[in-house]
Amino acid sequence: MADNLKVEELDQVVVRFSGDSGDGMQLAGNIFSTISATVGNGICTFPDYPADIRAPQGSLTGVSGFQVSIAAEKAFTPGDKCDVLVAMNPAALKTQYKFCKPTSSIIIDVDSFKKADLEKAQFEATDAAGAIAEMGIKQDVIQVPVTSMVKDVLADSGMDPKAMLKCRNMLALGLVCYIFNRDLSIAEKFLRDKFSGKKAAIAENNIKVIHAGYDFGANTHASVSHTYNVVSKQTPAKKGRYMDINGNKATAYGLIAAAEKAGLRLYLGSYPITPATDVLHELSKHKSLGVTTVQCEDEIAGCASALGASFAGALAATSTSGPGICLKSEAMNLAVIMELPLVVIDVQRGGPATGLPTKSEQTDLLQCLFGRNGETPMPVIAATSPADCFDSAYAACKIALEHMTPVVFMSDAYIANGSEAFKLPNLAEYPAINPPYVPESKKGTWTPYERDERDVRYWAVPGREGFAHILGGLEKDNKTGAISTNPENHDLMTRLRQSKIDKIPVPDVVVEGDKDDADLLIVGFGGTYGHLHAAMDEMRAAGKKVALAHFRFINPLPKNTAEVLKKYKKVVVAEQNMGQFAAFLRMKVDGFAPAQFNEVKGQPFVVSELVAAFNKLV
Amino acid sequence: MSEFTAKDYKKGQPRWCPGCGDHFFLASLHKAMAEIGVAPHNIAVISGIGCSSRLPHYMATYGMNTIHGRAAAIATGCKVSNPDLSVWQVSGDGDGLAIGGNHFIHANRRNINLKMILLNNRIYGLTKGQYSPTSPRGFVSKSSPYGTVEDPFRPAELCFGARGHFFARAVATDAEGTVAVLKTAHAHKGAAVCEILQNCVIFNDGTHEAVYTKEGRAKNAIYLKHGEKMVFGENNEFGLVQEGFGVKVVTIGQDGYTMDDVLVHDAHCEDNTLQLKLAMMEYPVALGVIRDVDAPTYDDAVNAQIEEVKAAKKYHNFAELLETNDTWEVK
Repeated sequence: MADNLKVEELDQVVVRFSGDSGDGMQLAGNIFSTISATVGNGICTFPDYPADIRAPQGSLTGVSGFQVSIAAEKAFTPGDKCDVLVAMNPAALKTQYKFCKPTSSIIIDVDSFKKADLEKAQFEATDAAGAIAEMGIKQDVIQVPVTSMVKDVLADSGMDPKAMLKCRNMLALGLVCYIFNRDLSIAEKFLRDKFSGKKAAIAENNIKVIHAGYDFGANTHASVSHTYNVVSKQTPAKKGRYMDINGNKATAYGLIAAAEKAGLRLYLGSYPITPATDVLHELSKHKSLGVTTVQCEDEIAGCASALGASFAGALAATSTSGPGICLKSEAMNLAVIMELPLVVIDVQRGGPATGLPTKSEQTDLLQCLFGRNGETPMPVIAATSPADCFDSAYAACKIALEHMTPVVFMSDAYIANGSEAFKLPNLAEYPAINPPYVPESKKGTWTPYERDERDVRYWAVPGREGFAHILGGLEKDNKTGAISTNPENHDLMTRLRQSKIDKIPVPDVVVEGDKDDADLLIVGFGGTYGHLHAAMDEMRAAGKKVALAHFRFINPLPKNTAEVLKKYKKVVVAEQNMGQFAAFLRMKVDGFAPAQFNEVKGQPFVVSELVAAFNKLV
Repeated sequence: MSEFTAKDYKKGQPRWCPGCGDHFFLASLHKAMAEIGVAPHNIAVISGIGCSSRLPHYMATYGMNTIHGRAAAIATGCKVSNPDLSVWQVSGDGDGLAIGGNHFIHANRRNINLKMILLNNRIYGLTKGQYSPTSPRGFVSKSSPYGTVEDPFRPAELCFGARGHFFARAVATDAEGTVAVLKTAHAHKGAAVCEILQNCVIFNDGTHEAVYTKEGRAKNAIYLKHGEKMVFGENNEFGLVQEGFGVKVVTIGQDGYTMDDVLVHDAHCEDNTLQLKLAMMEYPVALGVIRDVDAPTYDDAVNAQIEEVKAAKKYHNFAELLETNDTWEVK
């Protein structure tokens, strides 16, 4: 029967899975994006976790969402709104409906729309039809008896009813796979890999349920007039092997790769904090690569112990989010004056204080640049996408090790948890990392603050005979390395620490789009790249002349920064804070007076809102 | 015999006040290190901030004079990532127990193989005379002109409470006792807290008066030695006996107490009950190695676990790590 159904070809489609936080929506979403990536689609995902630790089941605050955008080419964002919404319970329907377009299809588990379920989500209606009417939903709502079908399929499995209910997500996934003509064999492989050995039965039961969902769609045409297909249109340059990666994992991989390239032991001192903890989790797994992770007593010790490891000769890193940066700033500053390599990972979340721990902002920028006592220049690199976390983390390590300085690597909750296709990197193609170890020939004459032509001091790792020395938080004499309060010396050392950072080579910022004749230049940094790029694409498609300059290297800024910023009639700096990057650019580029787009909602930018705001400028 | 002399560990001219206990301790540390015989380039001495934290500047070893309170945390990373180094952490009572209290207890709990020197003068000297977390209740200082209204930490109690496996005490002016304590601390594998009773001549002169001179120690201190009777006094006329749940001072030969009743010190006893009693005594003040118990160290365990996992897992470099993921090919 399915053969008679029309298959519509699409360039991009967005699916949002939502349900109670125990309903396995993240897993269903992950499998769906993996299947799509495997067939060569571009993917971009956005897991939207509830902030409550464990909200009451079925309640409005306990809804967990996972949005995935799949595209024929690159998917720059997870999409503002979805084409298909899966709502596993009334609370999900009520809270997630706002992400629907007028044309969206909505799939609900009609079995979980009983009176008691509806009451928990504060509906007055007593059944699904009533709830749909109560919300004024005009779109197609596919009412699927998910729960009862799962129970039927698994009746002979020997599973207890509670365990069966955990497979509801797979029925929804099967149905979505039918609607988008996805190949179930990839889902089967995913589940068999995830649940192997003693857990093999779990995989098989889940696979049965996925097929049931798929067959339900095929047999009933899922109450839709046609199904969709997103064909891969990847260009030859994209050829290669890929994996799905989120930003935190890519960050961890970047550190591992850099340590291997530099021939150093990797040390992470950390303290659990949302949304950065997965960096600690990931690195803790890889002891077979010699990775050392120490879960410290506090954020302070995380950074301080990393600095101790750096002194002792390791590639040392510490991972945290904004509130942790506050606590680490003291030891970060010590790293500045001791001139030791250190990578500080800030996965930004909503602030101030505890703020919005699971949500995303770019509000730590000025803290990372300036949030310390004294003159403390520090390189800052902001990753632009989940996969870019790898390259940016690698670059942060390279700069730290080669320029003997702490470096802040910034990401945010959105790219840390979001995922995209990641081309397997070939480490041989990455630049070498050569720390400035003090040459043996300097034995006997060397002092710790002797510098090379880049103003970088040499690294003498304890254990080397003839190079014993002391570092510390007190200002040192430029020549002897002894404690000094000499005014001229302090002024000189301050300038040397600054010029060392200024001399770090960073690549030029790239202008995309109408780089020669744009009427509007969009400027951003870090994790908003996908949304700003999508906004530019949309405006250009509508005939506007628009360009994008997106910054990864914040300090030092690329050499061509002033030239780029001054080239265009109109410039808008768009960021998820009150204008921190714009302020920094105004400080660094004389006469720069951009328009600003600022939003601090803890949510990713909405492309349509960006386009509307930017259109007012041209 | 070590190939080194105290001179090999010495550097620079200390800038402490004349008569400061830190001078005495530093000389003992140089001497102890020479006797221990680890080459200066294989030693890292790490301090925080305070008068005593200047100490690494006077060592010809690798060293860091870091930030206030963080020495134990910095030393932790240093030792864990480079276990071949002999790592010594030097703090005062403010640096180690006030601002650095959290790191102090956790270094002990984890049992990191650090030699943790606590120079206790019960005052903030560098900031010119405020009460510290070891100052007694009622202590009058610049920041407590009417006397403090808080009780002090007793370092041994804190160490034991954090599951510390080594605690020793020496008086800064007692070179022999200090050197002995430092050598035993070095031989102990794990976190080794050495409380050094040290006098601040400017802001808290006389704080350890009862035991600061040889004569004072003869009267008021007991040198504890593992396996030996707990006797003290100018003529060893006093002894410690157990009474109920406590320890009591008796005169041997009086009130029916004989040498047989006197306790024998057991620094290696895993149960720290009696060791704590000894460490808490105000008279006599217990000196020497009070607790010295073997236990797995964190740095060993971290590195052993890495070796175990290396043997168990099939991926050992970045390229192999990538292969552990699900991948797909775009052709």
